[in-house]
Amino acid sequence: MSGLLRICTAGSVDDGKSTLIGRMLHDSQAVYEDQVHSVRAASQNRGVGPIDFSLFTDGLKAEREQGITIDVAYRYFATARRKFILADTPGHEQYTRNMATGASTADLAILLVDATQGVRTQSRRHARIASLLGISEYVLAVNKMDLVDFSREVFEDIRGAFEEILGDVGCHALPLSALHGDNVTTLSPRTPWFEGPSLLEHLETVTVTRDLTLSPFRFPVQLVIRPDREFRGYAGQIAAGIVRVGDTVTAWPSARTARVKRIVTYEGDLDVAFAPMSVTLVVDDEIDISRGDQLSSVAHPPHVGNRFQAEVVWMDERPADPARVYVLKHTTRSVAAALSRGLALNQIGTVTVSATRPLVFDRYDNNRTTGSFILIDPASGFTCGAGMITGLGEGDRTEPDTTFGAAARLVQLARQAGSDAEAIAAVEKALEEMLI
Amino acid sequence: MTTATVSSEPTIAPAMRMDHLRALEAEAVHILREVVAEFERPVMLYSIGKDSSVMLRLAQKAFHPGPIPFPLLHVDTTYKFREMIEFRDQMARAVGARLIVHTNSTAIADGTQPFKVGTQRCCGLLKTKGLLDALEAGSFDAALGGARRDEERSRAKERIFSVRDAKGQWDPKRQRPELWHLLNARLQPGETIRVFPLSNWTEIDVWQYIHVERIPVVPMYFATEREVIVRGNSLIVPEQPFVPVLPGDTLQVVRCRMRSLGCSPCTGAVRSDADTVPKIIEELVAARQSERQLRVIDHDQDGSMELKKREGYF
Ligand SMILES: Nc1nc2c(ncn2[C@@H]2O[C@H](COP(=O)(O)OP(=O)(O)O)[C@@H](O)[C@H]2O)c(=O)[nH]1
Repeated sequence: MSGLLRICTAGSVDDGKSTLIGRMLHDSQAVYEDQVHSVRAASQNRGVGPIDFSLFTDGLKAEREQGITIDVAYRYFATARRKFILADTPGHEQYTRNMATGASTADLAILLVDATQGVRTQSRRHARIASLLGISEYVLAVNKMDLVDFSREVFEDIRGAFEEILGDVGCHALPLSALHGDNVTTLSPRTPWFEGPSLLEHLETVTVTRDLTLSPFRFPVQLVIRPDREFRGYAGQIAAGIVRVGDTVTAWPSARTARVKRIVTYEGDLDVAFAPMSVTLVVDDEIDISRGDQLSSVAHPPHVGNRFQAEVVWMDERPADPARVYVLKHTTRSVAAALSRGLALNQIGTVTVSATRPLVFDRYDNNRTTGSFILIDPASGFTCGAGMITGLGEGDRTEPDTTFGAAARLVQLARQAGSDAEAIAAVEKALEEMLI
Repeated sequence: MTTATVSSEPTIAPAMRMDHLRALEAEAVHILREVVAEFERPVMLYSIGKDSSVMLRLAQKAFHPGPIPFPLLHVDTTYKFREMIEFRDQMARAVGARLIVHTNSTAIADGTQPFKVGTQRCCGLLKTKGLLDALEAGSFDAALGGARRDEERSRAKERIFSVRDAKGQWDPKRQRPELWHLLNARLQPGETIRVFPLSNWTEIDVWQYIHVERIPVVPMYFATEREVIVRGNSLIVPEQPFVPVLPGDTLQVVRCRMRSLGCSPCTGAVRSDADTVPKIIEELVAARQSERQLRVIDHDQDGSMELKKREGYF
């Protein structure tokens, strides 16, 4: 997307992530003067030096008290060349879910390493999460270079280790001192051996190759807009590809085709629309389409099925339980679903997901929107899992298999229901009975 | 590992790309539609300011050619500027939306005003309690607000779908993770949700959007000669009868404008020549002071916004 770069950051506690982000915000003039004043006052209360850049980003009181970052914070800054949305995610192991959250919408990840510590288990984990969530562009920020006398050798060792971890992806490695500003906005005279560009210059110019308009058309229907008898439009955000008036599209899961008659917007009708625009489509056929259905390219159909394989990140203290049923939200469709295995908090694992009703999906590496889902615990309402679809489960388009025991019974039950809402209600009721 | 390419942009037809503003707009429209699809009784908070103006336009877009499918709610502290109230009524008529105005009249009857009870308590009663009561009275399960993450530090961690407990309170430690653009709308009995479609917008984005969309805003945002009380660095518009003129105060004519609109006793003006939207944007780009500097309420204590949010304020 032109003019906008979404970034996430990852590093272990004390690597200097908050300092680095504070420095970037400060140096790019995004920090206004009165924020500087109030931060200065707060850092004097805490008794740590004249100005603590990490206070720009450590938002919540609890964090300020404990002195650690405990949640994802979003930051916005701009230079003359580009706008940035930065998800600041904590490095502490128990908060893997936050890193996954930040990475889920990011184009680029900044992996931070403390030069005095070298590559740690945490660093590997962060790199793995970022790549699992589909990030293909990296910045390796080797920080606190001032504490190792700006040693090229230290830097090259760390860079080498990361090359092995990351494999074949775009990566720009930088020797930094977030505290003193070396190589953050301008090249530092203390690293004459470093060719550059500086961190900010790199972020301003780096090309991220994701282009949604080059993928086959995908349009999950969000809402049917029906102000009167004359008008029936399908509102949604185009998840991938391009649509033109006159195109034939397939409605899934019914598999019926229709022609696009109008592309309606508030400004007037369009001839063509593309991802990620939010539009309203009118089709020429009176086919029954509702929220949760998908209109898509006839030539390149999506997968439709009840079962698939996914990498699931577990985000709830209550572990995943193959005997339980979860609400699965995928694009605009919510269904009841069971998992083939258990997972503990912050565990990532390959899971076979069995849903009560068919989903219209793509593999995550082909489409982040139609290839992703969240799992919701019906008892707490908490978002307990996040999944990336990696492939079709064997038995796709067939009856759900019975190896899941209790879950399979629930799946059966739910399939008899008339709608997603009924299915979820029926399953919850049965589940409660089973637990008693 | 390959070195990142710093070459020119890939070759894609220019018409197939969206700029930053259109991307933010598409995201906000998506959020508004999710709310209408997933909740029974949504309501949109309408605070009359520039962010509310943008929200109204986005709501018109999201449901076009249908009408805006939820009412607007204004929690009126009774201390707003007269111009704001006139603008509010005019806008509601223009977009054809139902406008609910709610005031904590018990507190007003008890004489609640900032100079008497302090700004914190005044906001607590007239804004936070007023809001919670209004949401309860309307049995609203989802309340749309125009808050942005770039406004204040504790807002930077706010979710797009932000769950509140039965008392309308926010627990920053029990926030649901939000991945991709998948919004979890599930509520337990008694819980409600606050929704922030402008989460990813900055103040400059809002003004740029107002400019390209020609969205009407309250005229007080534009610079003109105004008679104000000058107290140190603060310019106070002596809106009567709310703003007491203290002994020693003198009225001066100053060219100024409001950077944010709140209650007249607690909102200051800034010296400015910006009398058009492009000039405002120019001023902001050069600005060295954030929009809330002159809103006295955020200065009460470190972390005061977070405290108010926990209690149920937006
Ligand atoms: N010497 C030195 N210290 C740094 C540098 N960056 C950060 N620090 C210090 O390292 C500590 C941890 O930094 P912080 O930004 O809070 O780390 P976080 O936990 O990753 O957010 C603080 O005391 C910083 O002042 C650096 O480049 N050089």
